[in-house]
Amino acid sequence: MSDTPVRSTMLLDGAPGVVTAGVELLSASLIAQGVDVTPVDWRPPVEGTAAALARIAADPRRAEANRTAVERIVTAEPHWVGMTTAREALGLERGQFLHAGPPIDWERASGPLRGALIGAMLLEGLADTPEQAESIAARGGVELAPCHHHRAVGPMAGVVSPSMPMFVIENLAHGNRAHATLNEGLGKVLRYGAFGPEVIERLRWMADVLAPAMAAAIADLGTLDLRAMVTQALQMGDELHNRNRAASALFVRAIVPSLLEAGLDPKDVADVVRFINGNEHFFLNLGMPAAKAATDAARDLPGSSVVVAMARNGTDFGIQLAGTGDRWFTGPAQVPSGLLFSGFTEADANPDIGDSTIMETSGVGGFAMAAAPAIVGFIGGRASDALRATRSMYGITLGEHPHHRIPILEFRGSPVGIDATRVVRTGVLPAVNTGIAGRIAGTGQVGAGLVTPPLEAFRDAVLALAELAPPLGGGSPA
Amino acid sequence: MIDHVEVRAGHYADSVTLMQVSNEVARIDGVDAAIVAMATELNRELLLGMGFVIDGAGPDDLVVAIRAADDQVVGAALAALAAAMSPPSATPSGPSDVRPRTVSQAADPSRRLALISVPGEHAFVEAIDALEAGLDVMLFSDNVPVAQEVVLKERAAALGGLVMGPDAGTALVAGVGLGFANVVRPGPVGVVAASGTGAQLLTCLLDAAGVGVSHVLGVGGRDVTEAVGGVSTLRALELLAADPGTQHIVVLAKPPAPGVADRIAQTAGRMSTPVTLALLGEGRPDLTQRAAEVVRAVGGQVPSEWPTWGVRPAPGPAGRLVGLFSGGTLCAEATLVADASLDGVRANVVVEERRRVQGLGPLDGHVLIDLGEDEFTRGRPHPMIDQRLRLDRIRAEASTARVLLLDVVLGHAAHPDPAAELAPVLEEVLRDAASEGRPLDVVISLCGSRGDPQGLERQAERLVAAGAFVALSNAEAARCAVAIAGGAG
Repeated sequence: MSDTPVRSTMLLDGAPGVVTAGVELLSASLIAQGVDVTPVDWRPPVEGTAAALARIAADPRRAEANRTAVERIVTAEPHWVGMTTAREALGLERGQFLHAGPPIDWERASGPLRGALIGAMLLEGLADTPEQAESIAARGGVELAPCHHHRAVGPMAGVVSPSMPMFVIENLAHGNRAHATLNEGLGKVLRYGAFGPEVIERLRWMADVLAPAMAAAIADLGTLDLRAMVTQALQMGDELHNRNRAASALFVRAIVPSLLEAGLDPKDVADVVRFINGNEHFFLNLGMPAAKAATDAARDLPGSSVVVAMARNGTDFGIQLAGTGDRWFTGPAQVPSGLLFSGFTEADANPDIGDSTIMETSGVGGFAMAAAPAIVGFIGGRASDALRATRSMYGITLGEHPHHRIPILEFRGSPVGIDATRVVRTGVLPAVNTGIAGRIAGTGQVGAGLVTPPLEAFRDAVLALAELAPPLGGGSPA
Repeated sequence: MIDHVEVRAGHYADSVTLMQVSNEVARIDGVDAAIVAMATELNRELLLGMGFVIDGAGPDDLVVAIRAADDQVVGAALAALAAAMSPPSATPSGPSDVRPRTVSQAADPSRRLALISVPGEHAFVEAIDALEAGLDVMLFSDNVPVAQEVVLKERAAALGGLVMGPDAGTALVAGVGLGFANVVRPGPVGVVAASGTGAQLLTCLLDAAGVGVSHVLGVGGRDVTEAVGGVSTLRALELLAADPGTQHIVVLAKPPAPGVADRIAQTAGRMSTPVTLALLGEGRPDLTQRAAEVVRAVGGQVPSEWPTWGVRPAPGPAGRLVGLFSGGTLCAEATLVADASLDGVRANVVVEERRRVQGLGPLDGHVLIDLGEDEFTRGRPHPMIDQRLRLDRIRAEASTARVLLLDVVLGHAAHPDPAAELAPVLEEVLRDAASEGRPLDVVISLCGSRGDPQGLERQAERLVAAGAFVALSNAEAARCAVAIAGGAG
């Protein structure tokens, strides 16, 4: 026990600075004595979790498992390494589709997810009309699985079909890969549930022109370091979820020389560059798999309470922990609150949807809101709200990202490694920035703002993790 | 001159930061040139122009190029680089309107101790959090399961930390009173206490005898049990032994489990600081005798009489002894005194099962109750803070009691003016007894020091004015009350 006595011997070396939690009278008594006191704004944890929290706290594996989880996330080196298709990389076959969020069937799927599935069925030639697609899907004629179960992530509806081109992201530090489709832009697009002819036409162009151009660029570049790009974009005013303007610009800057030298039709090159420049969220579909490549490296660490995925399917909001394998813990997806585009009201907004919360899971997005004062309008309109959002996230995370630094916070690393037990202890929920999808299939994006994850998902995750922890011994309150 | 060139792939920092870092590194004695920069084309040319050779670095990679006198200087330069590039250790400047919600969130290098008093079922989680954040812990909370205490103390031992508690009511660290603690003069005596009010009384008696205290480290009443193994007692002993201001150590505890007693004796025997093992219990010296022993051990003068206030009541007709305490150890000590002279004494501490009382149902015979026991403090403030429960009890018992024996504990965190609350009720019950022609006396054990914020003299005077006899020594108060209950002759 005297291996590291230095710390405690300091206890007696003069009046200690004290952190207090609990009875206010005891803090007041210290303050009256002139002691430097930091009182904790303590409150009881979510009801019914006290015993589970204690069991997790006592789990001898926890501290090391959580350290490892955070270490793996922050040491990840996600690089864009190539292009593929869902069929080729993920083994997706005709009639199989991936979607965002935890598992769901057609019956429970919301408007945008249904719309995107209809569009994807039309794209794959499984149906000739939307009506036909709908009736095939309604009688169970399609096979659905979460993107997260297949090394992929998808924004909004996140629907992936076999022929779709995908970015291949490799985590060079840990060897795992993640994939995402290419971003279609704003307006009427598949990921928001649109399936009109222009949507299908654009998807065909993306497969025929955009994807080969991307393949040519990455073939020339070899790899593209996405961690470095995220790091730079954070210093240029992006938080990488609702604002990807700087990152998308950096991306174009990186690929254009290769595109020009690739021997492509100059008209195609111009179309490709114009397309990307016209879509400030183009980088999101690189940022998301980069984030997944980082958090996937932290999976399957017994005892760890670190969140490795947060995702929504438009009906449920689900989370996964490093210490609970592939289990999802879900609660109802909430309707985001924020700014709606002109012409839309709250009634037009769909409950929260998309795998893009992988950004927050990896410590950016809402967690790095302080880096993106330009978009504070989405969360209340004051720059101080952005600072508060990020600062409060340090209370539920276990690490600070050594690369992803936030200038306004004196270059402090962004808060990373969400600890589900801290969420349950404090009641502070992850700050999630998100786009808002229209409720009716095909409406597209109707706004952007903040969404509150359901606390019960974190509660259930904590209860399940506790079940896996060794029992504490037969003690009862003495 | 040697060149050190390394490429750190994928490490990005902005150019302003890197210019500052380069300057820091270049300032090291013996460094001829230093460039820390992103390997943009411009910077690669600059480096090449200075004669540095770099391969395979791109604009996303950080290049460190140092030209220095020898390897040692390169080492110093790299250390300076690491320091200049590390994230700020201080919390961000500017006001933060985010209040910490957990102990670890509030922990920073200027904090050394967490004082945790959240409800017992949540205390363990906060305490583990504090230890892992590098803080020592005083765990005021009670109702903490013993299995959690065992794990907590194992973890503390592994991390080199100290856990005081659970159910540690009292500590005094470098002059700061934590929880219930009296304002006593600084001095040579360090106390390791498994008993909070025991430590309070001991330090108050020492103070009255002119002997000061360095630190009081509470360890919680269960620390010396077999299950817990005395982990915190041993750690506290080591800390006090290493403390230059502590010249004599007192370990205040109930008799430990045999194995634990051996370990304490072994640890104490290894230390150069003398240790008084002050074990409490039947057939052992009381706290007042222990205080005298310690005063003598440090070369002080034991007072011929410990302070009392008011007129000592003379025994008359025999009758019921009713003891209503806020301090557990004070209650236990009084119960042992009573048990030695009176028959059929019942209590909620110390005595064997068949004489144990529970709750606050109707009572008869001699009875002593510690109102600070867990059963009375669930969801209710401690009686040292809130006397309502005791005041009700006094009113209920006074009509059948011959003598009321009460403790009043002063000091930090205790009620700001307990006598002001207690005195009117005492006046009321004494008046009622007198009007009915019943003999009733009130004896008070006043645990306080002259420095306490409530004012020892002022409290004593108010209680005397209400008709009570007041003694600083708990054993003396108990003997006085027992004599009254036993009757004259």
